Parts: sequence; structure tokens; C-alpha cells
Amino acid sequence: MILALDPLYLTNIGLAVVLIALLKVVLAFAIVLVAVLFMVWFERKVIADMQHRIGPNIAGPWGLFQTLADGLKLLMKEDLVPEHSNRFVFKLAPFLAIVPAFLTFAIIPIGGNFESKGGSVRIFGYDTYLQVADPPIGILLFLAMSSIAVYGVMLAGWSSGSKFPLLGSVRASAQMVSYEAALGLSVLAVILQTGSLSTHEMVADQAAGGFLGFIPNWNIIVTGFVPFLIFLIAGTAELNRPPFDLVEAEQELVGGFHTEYSSFRFAIFFLAEYLNTINMSAIIVTLFLGGPSGPVLIEGIDWAWGILWFLVKLFVFLFAFVWFRATLPRFRYDQLMDLGWKLLIPLSLGWFLFLAALNIGNDRGWNPGVVVGVTIVGGFAGGALLMAAIRTARTERISQEVDAHG
Amino acid sequence: MSAVFAAVSTDAPIFVAQNVFFAVVALLMVGSALKVVTTSNVVHAALWLVLVLAGAAAQFILLGSEFVAVTQVLVYIGAVVVLFLFGVMLTRASMGDDESVAGEKRSMAAVVAGLLLAVMSVALIDSFSDDRVVIDQPQLVTTVADSIFSQYIVPFEAISVLLLAALIGAIVVARRD
Repeated sequence: MILALDPLYLTNIGLAVVLIALLKVVLAFAIVLVAVLFMVWFERKVIADMQHRIGPNIAGPWGLFQTLADGLKLLMKEDLVPEHSNRFVFKLAPFLAIVPAFLTFAIIPIGGNFESKGGSVRIFGYDTYLQVADPPIGILLFLAMSSIAVYGVMLAGWSSGSKFPLLGSVRASAQMVSYEAALGLSVLAVILQTGSLSTHEMVADQAAGGFLGFIPNWNIIVTGFVPFLIFLIAGTAELNRPPFDLVEAEQELVGGFHTEYSSFRFAIFFLAEYLNTINMSAIIVTLFLGGPSGPVLIEGIDWAWGILWFLVKLFVFLFAFVWFRATLPRFRYDQLMDLGWKLLIPLSLGWFLFLAALNIGNDRGWNPGVVVGVTIVGGFAGGALLMAAIRTARTERISQEVDAHG
Repeated sequence: MSAVFAAVSTDAPIFVAQNVFFAVVALLMVGSALKVVTTSNVVHAALWLVLVLAGAAAQFILLGSEFVAVTQVLVYIGAVVVLFLFGVMLTRASMGDDESVAGEKRSMAAVVAGLLLAVMSVALIDSFSDDRVVIDQPQLVTTVADSIFSQYIVPFEAISVLLLAALIGAIVVARRD
């Protein structure tokens, strides 16, 4: 077998191995659920703090159990299905939203000793990776799942049989489809650098020593910061979080695609939204910040360090998403589409070509200065052409409008 | 050497579990495909089509080619059917059944479908008869990439140019002037 498989499955597969695999699945399930409970509380507390409020403080210490209480309340509510809805699709949609969210978490390495053991840890005498699955297609699974998640949003809005959810879901799916391209193109930069699609390989590649001995070999530096920035922006848009939350702009659309949902079905959408936030942060950490790789400071409990580094990095992005929400005003719809199609997609494509040129130049022994120079000239030429095209289209549109009205 | 297509031989072992799952998925696909053409609700038809395409992805996984399977999901389920649904939702968002779908064109469509099935069956049976697919290991992405960019480079480039032409054509057609 030439696949870099989880060492767990290279031994004889017996009952113990099956039980360990099952344990990993159950643990991952439990971890993300607890993380969502924490994340909702954390978001409310941080936003309250930024707005000089106190936030939830009644249920449990520091209001920690508020989310649990809200969840229980939602469970007890009456389950409403609107009369003009398409009943089967209406009931199916929440599950189309939540299942991809859970599946995405399966490919994220959340721990492991990448210093000396190649990212594995020892559980009950078996070496294994601390991730539910490490398929060779790795990161493509994330892209596939995020494209399936569009169905949940789209069908929820359509099947509600009401105009605001329909408008909300058309907006949401257009937004998710538009930003998926930029998301995929910035992931390509990382794939090009790693030479593998497997998330475990990506982390292992970044765990290797970097420049000067102390700068880490993280993809955020290796790919030159631009793909990271594009991924962060496109990821926020993909999550439909502020400042890209036109999907549920309350002033215009009541509640967006889930207006007609109540009770547990609404809770599932809410859960999926926060699961996706956590997943996106974890994917950013895996792709660009070395995932759970980091120094093992105390030998003996080497398994704990990977998890610690992962949590620290994850927390930075969870905070950043809350921070965006508290600080940035919402985009207008045309600004959103302009940013996606006219800036992020050309920029990520251009940067990908630049990285590819650098890699080929490296292989062939070309002068890096010449490669960079030619790319900059080519990039400027392409950018100028694109700008000219956009400007021509705009002037033409305006003159048509003037002709029509004046 | 054909790296993209799995090797075939007549004396390879038969994996029972694999065949059972093939049968289950294939039956599901055939059933869903029939529903695609018989249901009179356009959105339901698109959803049944998703099941058919997901079944095709499952068959690819059974053959050990994960990359083709995930591409199937990304391109067909994630993009093509989403665009179908998008068009349906923007143009006719009515929830009920659409009578215009069930026209008399159905019999003609059935004839064409039957003919296509016959031609495909003859072609497949003629070229493979009772060969068996040998899968000794899952197909790697690097294998796919190597064969696309060496053995199949000309068809690959031709398809790329064709797609680009179609893209530009779509924009030209959709322009308002």
C-alpha cells in the first residue's frame, strides 16, 4: 500500500481497531457539539462586551448554560409546518444543512505529535491520527460538502412557500456559489505547495522546519499571505456571517431563508451555522497555520501539545469571526458580487499562476528574479485588461440607462 | 498502460460485498432516474436527479476512484443541479405540479431513451463481454493527474478549449445588446 494511511488501519483490523475508530467518531461528534455550545455563548459575551453590555449572565456561572437553556426551550416549542409549504422538502432541508457540517469536521486533524512521530498518537497501544478520517482526496471533501450545504439553504427557502424565505435563499445560494470559486482557487495555492490533497499531509508539510530556524514553515508565509486573505474573506462569505450576512438582513428579509422554521428544525439550522463557523476556522488553521503542529515543550504528554496548539490557533479565528460581526457594517448586494467576481476570483487565479511559475522556475533552475519580474509585468497587463473591460461595461450600461430614461 | 481505466481480466476474483453494493446503488439509481422523468414537479425532478448523480459517485467509490467520485459531487451535484434549481426558483417558483411537463413528448422521449439504452448495452457488452475489473488498490490522484497530463493531454486540452469557447459563447448570448 503506497497510500499514507492512518497507521491504525495498517495493522490487522480487529475488534479493537473498529472500536477505536468508533470512539473517534463519537468523540468528534461530541467535541463539535460542545464547541458549538461554547461558541454561541462566547459570541454573545464578546459582542456584549464590545457594545458595553453584560450579555447572558443568569444561567450557570457567567451565563455558560444559556445556550443549553435556549436549546432545551427550542426543543419544547411547537413544531410548525406552514400550510403552503412543500412538506417533505421542508422537513428534509435542515438535515441537508447539518450533515455536511458534521462530515467536514471528520477530515480536520485536531492533534498529534508532528515533531517526532509523524502526526500520530498512541491510544490503547495503537498508533493513530487524531482525526476521524484521512482520505487521499482530503480537502476536496471540504469543498464538496460546502457545495452540498447550498442545498439546505436553497431548499429551505423554496419549500417554505413564502416570499421572504425564497428571496433570502436565492441571495444565500448566489452568494455561496459565487464565493466557492475564490475559496477553491485559494485552496489550490496550498495544494500546489504541499503536493497533496490530504489534510494530514498538509499539516505534516507545514510542521517541517522553516526559514532561519524560528519562522514556521506555515502556508500563510510560504504562499505569500494573499491566498490566506482571500480564503478568510471568501470563507466568511461562504458562512453567510457579517459583513456578508445579506442572507438574513433583518431589515429587508425578516429572518432570511429560515423565517418559517421553528422549534427543533430552527435549532438544527442554528447548529449548522455555528458548526460551519467552527469548521471554517479549523480548515483555515489546517491549511494556512500548520494545524496542530508545534513544539512539544514537555516530553511524556506529547499528545496534549498538538491539541493545545490547535485550540489556541482555532480560538484566534473564532474570535476574529465574532470581531468582524461586531465591527464591520453589512455589504450592499452589488458590492458583495463586485468583490467576489471582480476582485477575489481574478486575484486568486493570478496569484495561483504566480506560485505555479515560481515552482516551475525552481524546478528548471530559472533565475527567480526574472520569474518574479515577468509575472509582475504579466499580472499588471492582465489586471489592466480586466479593469478596462469592467470600465467599458460600466460606461456602456450607464449610457444605455441614460438613453432609456433621458 | 491505461492508468485511468482500471485493468480488466477474465480470471480476477469476484468481491461479493462489492457486487451487492453495486446492485443496491444501481437499483436506487434506476428508480430515481425513472422518478426524474415521471414526476411533474420540476424541483422534485431536480432532487431525484441529485440522487442519480450521487449514485454514480457511489459507484466510482466502489471502484476505488475517490477523486472521480468527489469531482462528480463537486461538478454535477454542487454546480450543475444547483444552477438548474436556481433557474427554476427564479423563473417559476410555484410549489405545485407543472402540467406542461407531462406532455405528449413523453412517448418520443421514451423511444429515444430505449434506443440509447440498446446502443449502449450492445457497445458495452461487445467490448467487455465477461471481463472483470481488477482493483488491487485505490486510485491515487497523482495517477489520474499523470495520465491526464501525459497520455491524454490532447483530448484534455481540446476539452478545455471547448469549455472556454462555450463559456464565452454563453456570455455573448446572455449580453443584452
